[in-house]
Amino acid sequence: MAFDYDKYLRPGKLPHIWCPGCGHGIVMKGLIRAIDACGLEKNNTAIVSGIGCASRLPGYMDFCTLHTAHGRAAAFATGVKMAKPEMNVILVGGDGDGTAIGGNHFIHACRRNIDMTYLIMNNNIYGMTGGQFSPCTPTGAKASTTPYGNPDPAFDIAKLAIGAGATFVARGTAYHATQIDKLIAEAIQHKGFSVVEILDDCPTTYGRRNKFKSVIEMMNRLKEIAVPVKAAEKMSPEQLEGKILTGVLYKAEKPEYTGEYAKVIERAKGAK
Amino acid sequence: MAKKVAFMQGNEAAAHGALYAGCKFFGGYPITPSTEVAEVMSAELPKLGGKFIQMEDEIGAMAAIIGASLTGAKVLTSTSGPGLSLKQENIGYACITEVPCVIINVMRGGPSTGMPTGPSQSDVMCAKWGTHGDHPAITLVPASVQELFEETVRAFNLAEKYRTPVMVMPDEIVAHMRERIVFPEPGELEVIDRTKPTVAPEQYKPYDTQFGDVPPLAAFGSEYRFHVTGLNKMADGFPTTKAAVVQAEEERQVRKVEANVDDIVKFEEYMMDDAEVVVVAFGSTSRSARFAVNEARKQGIKAGLFRLITFWPFPEKQLLAISKKVKAFITPEMNLGMCTGVVKGCVEGNAPVHGIFRVDGEPINPTQILDMIKEVK
Repeated sequence: MAFDYDKYLRPGKLPHIWCPGCGHGIVMKGLIRAIDACGLEKNNTAIVSGIGCASRLPGYMDFCTLHTAHGRAAAFATGVKMAKPEMNVILVGGDGDGTAIGGNHFIHACRRNIDMTYLIMNNNIYGMTGGQFSPCTPTGAKASTTPYGNPDPAFDIAKLAIGAGATFVARGTAYHATQIDKLIAEAIQHKGFSVVEILDDCPTTYGRRNKFKSVIEMMNRLKEIAVPVKAAEKMSPEQLEGKILTGVLYKAEKPEYTGEYAKVIERAKGAK
Repeated sequence: MAKKVAFMQGNEAAAHGALYAGCKFFGGYPITPSTEVAEVMSAELPKLGGKFIQMEDEIGAMAAIIGASLTGAKVLTSTSGPGLSLKQENIGYACITEVPCVIINVMRGGPSTGMPTGPSQSDVMCAKWGTHGDHPAITLVPASVQELFEETVRAFNLAEKYRTPVMVMPDEIVAHMRERIVFPEPGELEVIDRTKPTVAPEQYKPYDTQFGDVPPLAAFGSEYRFHVTGLNKMADGFPTTKAAVVQAEEERQVRKVEANVDDIVKFEEYMMDDAEVVVVAFGSTSRSARFAVNEARKQGIKAGLFRLITFWPFPEKQLLAISKKVKAFITPEMNLGMCTGVVKGCVEGNAPVHGIFRVDGEPINPTQILDMIKEVK
């Protein structure tokens, strides 16, 4: 029997705002399958986002949903999770929202290792505002504000998350649709701050400026550059040139923030 | 049983007022001269099973308390000048999403870093106009340690009652002075909790005006699921650009305060019955003003004090009525004329308004005010 996505979608809220060819819908379906696989209860799950195309995702989802200010999803979500640690909290957003204006909240959520899952849809561009370069736009690429090519180096979101203290970091692509739910499900089940980056495409504002002739060409590129971490172990540095590792990139066990704060409460109550 | 009496600092009293009101969550960021509020909350909240979190920045602190409030908790943050500037983004978010929260902003010199340890009253306009867009504003300006406690309780009540952010803005002198405080017994001061929905979960709308201008607010993690967005929204919480809906919703949000001015506005009239010269003052400046009024009375001058306890909404109609029977107003304040301009607007030229302004980090002393009373009497 086909998977019943409607069970998790708010009636009457589709069609979504995303352009034809955008991968965000593929990612949303992956998120829904992951939530289903983990058995999360709707009433006990918050989906929190910032601003941008990807951040419109929570509106379609039949959960406790919070569409916050630009870049602030992690900070709002931290308040939700701290106040009600028994809730499942999932953050969603794009690369500009999460790593530029929201960069500070992102790294500190990683550092605290607070038990939330952050799903970042990285399409290398600010799509909603019409295609300005983001911290994840490749050097040299064209954007509406880099008409002569992007002089900025790009973030590696996974390395940023690992360096900042996240204890589960994974990467997938919108092409590898059936892997997305598995990565997100593992992230949700991980106790601590988990980051899942999904390499995505924006044909409307990135593809057309960077010589991609079609959505299919953009998707094929994702297929070509992705190398599973296991396969990469057998490859030479030359073979890995221009490739991007996918799968679970990092996993560690460290004290989780709301659990640590529960100990603070115990100590405070015991204090004379 | 004797009441609990203490010798306490203003910021500490504010924190205890928050706890009295039932605050269960504090998100903050260190900033002089408000940090003691955070310090007390970090020590006291966990004893009560509440949560304290020091966030990575002022913006994050404001965001965290809104998130926590949406789970049903009463929430607080504290800050000062530069922090208030940074918090404005999410104060606007709390206004449009109608999420109750309290902000204690201790006023220090500005703009920018200004004079971090000096007193000021120059954030009163920022409290109303700091965040972009039309929105309601409630700002309380206590003048003593006791009043800072009590007004913090009232701030929580107003936030919960009207589903909106409320600011408590002591100047640095009130926040850092130490004086006697008598703690109210539990139940002695009114404590208001937000109205919760009674409709079936599938019928719940977070902005359902069939319940009036302040619709009930459900909690995340309860049986109610709903959507919250900073976009202009419809009754069900989802975004809209429909002109009539946006207009009506914007007007309703502002009306929550405007239609309830009498419930929110609080002031003290001292020696006002026959006053010919009226000093309009607030915060620590009102203490100097009271002294000056007493001295003037000793010298046979009919002076009075109109002390603002609520700054926003402003007691417009009261001042207009007073303006029809007095010779002059004097408006001493630790800024360059913010309150003075508002008073001028209220009194419609019925009486002259003489400002006394200081922005040098020094309090306005009684002599300055007395000299002006003598000059304009």
